[in-house]
Amino acid sequence: MKRLLSGNEAVAYGAWAAGVQVAAGYPGTPSTEILETFAPFPNVYAEWSVNEKVAVDVAIGAAYAGRRAMATMKHVGLNVAADSFFYVSFTGAEAGLLIVVADDPALHSSQNEQDTRRYARFARVPCLDPADSQEAHDMVAAGLELSEQFDTPVLLRLTTRVSHSSTAVQVREERKQIDKGAGWKYPRNPTKYVMVPANAARRHPLVEERTQRIAEWAETCPLNRAEFNDPRLGIVACGVAYQYAKEVFPNASFLKLGLTFPLPRRLIHDFAARVERLIVIEELDPCLEEEIKLMGIACEGKSIFPLCGEFSPHVVRASAIKAGLISTPDLTNSANGEIKTPPLPPRPPILCPGCPHRPVFVALRKLKLPVNGDIGCYTLGMLPPLNALHTCGCMGAGIGVAHGASVQPPIAPPASPPASPPASTGSTGDAERHVAVIGDSTFFHTGMPALLNVAYNKSNVIVNIMDNRVTAMTGHQHNPGTGKTLQGEDVPQIEFEPLVRTMGIKHVTTVDSYRYAEVEAAFKAALERDEPSVIVTRRECALLPQARKNYLPLRVDTNKCVACYTCIRTGCPALRKSTTEIYEKTGKPKSDIDPLLCTGCELCAQVCPTGAILFRAQVLAEREEKAQ
Amino acid sequence: MKTTNFLLVGVGGQGTLLASNVLAEVGLRAGYEVKKSEVHGMAQRGGSVSSHVRWGQTVFSPLIGAGEVDILVAFERLEALRYLSMLRPGARVLVNDYAIVPMSVTAGDAVYPSREEIVATLRQVTPEVHLIDGIAIAEALGNARVNNVVILGALSQWLEVDAALWETVITERVPSRYKELNIEAFRRGRARP
Repeated sequence: MKRLLSGNEAVAYGAWAAGVQVAAGYPGTPSTEILETFAPFPNVYAEWSVNEKVAVDVAIGAAYAGRRAMATMKHVGLNVAADSFFYVSFTGAEAGLLIVVADDPALHSSQNEQDTRRYARFARVPCLDPADSQEAHDMVAAGLELSEQFDTPVLLRLTTRVSHSSTAVQVREERKQIDKGAGWKYPRNPTKYVMVPANAARRHPLVEERTQRIAEWAETCPLNRAEFNDPRLGIVACGVAYQYAKEVFPNASFLKLGLTFPLPRRLIHDFAARVERLIVIEELDPCLEEEIKLMGIACEGKSIFPLCGEFSPHVVRASAIKAGLISTPDLTNSANGEIKTPPLPPRPPILCPGCPHRPVFVALRKLKLPVNGDIGCYTLGMLPPLNALHTCGCMGAGIGVAHGASVQPPIAPPASPPASPPASTGSTGDAERHVAVIGDSTFFHTGMPALLNVAYNKSNVIVNIMDNRVTAMTGHQHNPGTGKTLQGEDVPQIEFEPLVRTMGIKHVTTVDSYRYAEVEAAFKAALERDEPSVIVTRRECALLPQARKNYLPLRVDTNKCVACYTCIRTGCPALRKSTTEIYEKTGKPKSDIDPLLCTGCELCAQVCPTGAILFRAQVLAEREEKAQ
Repeated sequence: MKTTNFLLVGVGGQGTLLASNVLAEVGLRAGYEVKKSEVHGMAQRGGSVSSHVRWGQTVFSPLIGAGEVDILVAFERLEALRYLSMLRPGARVLVNDYAIVPMSVTAGDAVYPSREEIVATLRQVTPEVHLIDGIAIAEALGNARVNNVVILGALSQWLEVDAALWETVITERVPSRYKELNIEAFRRGRARP
């Protein structure tokens, strides 16, 4: 029976069937569901590692130990894991090793667009590029076979539209049994596995030669496929771009590449020779186009189709029309070009109602401090009306960036003055105290070395660990702070306070994120000291099941509301302006609470200057009164 | 068999993804090739969300081309308007008569278009614009949150698939203690004129 599976689910099913025994990853959109789907399968080990580098090392370790293994991550995770990815290209392994990386063209949930196929060529690792869930499923097994045949790690590169599109999959129900035999022992093979210069230097030519052999294999491998049709237009395509191209050019000839590194030279030459005009349709970088041009074959690609953003049938069609490749009308323009629409209020993502990060950002906004942020839901603290987060680069960056702003050369003039006196003896640039905000999981991921650096090199950065008890943005995954593993085992919760004290931070405060006054006081106290401190703001994510049980919508007492909108300026989506109640003195609409959205976190009630928003206890008392 | 392109839109947290999962599964079991595409992660945090579902004989792209949507299902009024350029002329539009006011409007930086303005704008592309008060119907059942299933019920009237199949799939997709509530919500939606 065929099942409807997302690309991510299909990878997990494929991995189980292909006999993957160990899988490790770090959550990251659009890759997260791969491990979540894989973990409950029987007879597998799966873990959320603390970061992608560790995950890749874990998968490598398992493959060295003779078990088929897989690591999963989003595209930027491979940056974190790059060091490991490069050494394992040199060493190979004892069993199949698949590195699954999901790119995010259009940055639906990422800090950049980058093309993982570049890493394939960079590290000489073969790369598979599925176009739908069936291919994603099948390429797991194919990739592991390829890995074992050529003693190489293999990249399986997904993109958002493959990962998060669901298509029908014929799932392989039987699991491949991998048996190394009773006598198999862990390799003691230093020339292969100890990458000291002398050994690594001998591995490098083998890696180059391996790439040549895989390119030869690619000439006839079933992952690449020529579909000859109208010879006037030949299209080389890979990944989901192939699907869009099939919609827009139903009659063209196609060379569909499932293996996008290394490329089959003869197959491409042959295809090119049989078509009049050759174009390449690939999302993000012109990886195929550049290689094909290096083969001395004339083709067009990024001169027609965009380099940035993701493709869609619309993007491919519009580009093709512009380039004169097709003459069918652009449906959008002909149908709707003349339609008048009112201006549409934008609706960007926003911190949820009841989000425990909100009170912290309200306090930080009030204190007017520069805030160096990190990757997580709390990055949304940058948005109006909070405007309380000022940098965000990548996982774990915020603390180091705050430290860098806080250190400066000594202000006192040097003991022996230089020949010509400097124009100014004072320091230049920023003199403000910096706050670094970082989530619980991100702190474990790459925040810890940066905090150690703050303590060791003595800056006065105030580090706020926003501990919402879960890896929230990717959809609630466990981490070392939650007390559970990916496979549901109970483990000791790692506590932040003793951890950061051991790392050399003397001033450590923990407050409940929902207690606004205490949050503000904690930051003020940290500002009093010219030393580093850690403030842990703790409160579970409002979307966790245990938090949902306590939802209790609050209410505005319209007799007390003076329409000052202090509540609305917390940026909570549950607060809105009333369509019926007007404050007579100013003629402005009073505040109102959407009972479908309000969770009852009480932030608005705490900041209301006139006590016009009922606290939970008042709402409950009111209910009891009514019941009687 | 002609391909039918559904676009489901709403605000993160409204259950748009659950509804599109049901719609896709129903299509698969009814014998179509089905593709579905959506975006997870940061976009889900109270922002605009959309899900593409395609039923057909052979479907290549998981995304619907601009101007090719046959049926637009909007779980929120403003969101219906945001995807106007995706509609085929004469497309059918089903709108949950419910507004979630974006922060830009609450802050006074933007204006939420009136119900009449939204309907009139949609009618420039298609006469088939149907508003349904999913929240009121769901509230009458005791839980406003099942309004998305009410809307699915209304949608089901336009498709040649047995109600029993819809109900089977819904039952599989919701927590067992909410099963009866969701089935009733579906039936109320389906019974709407």
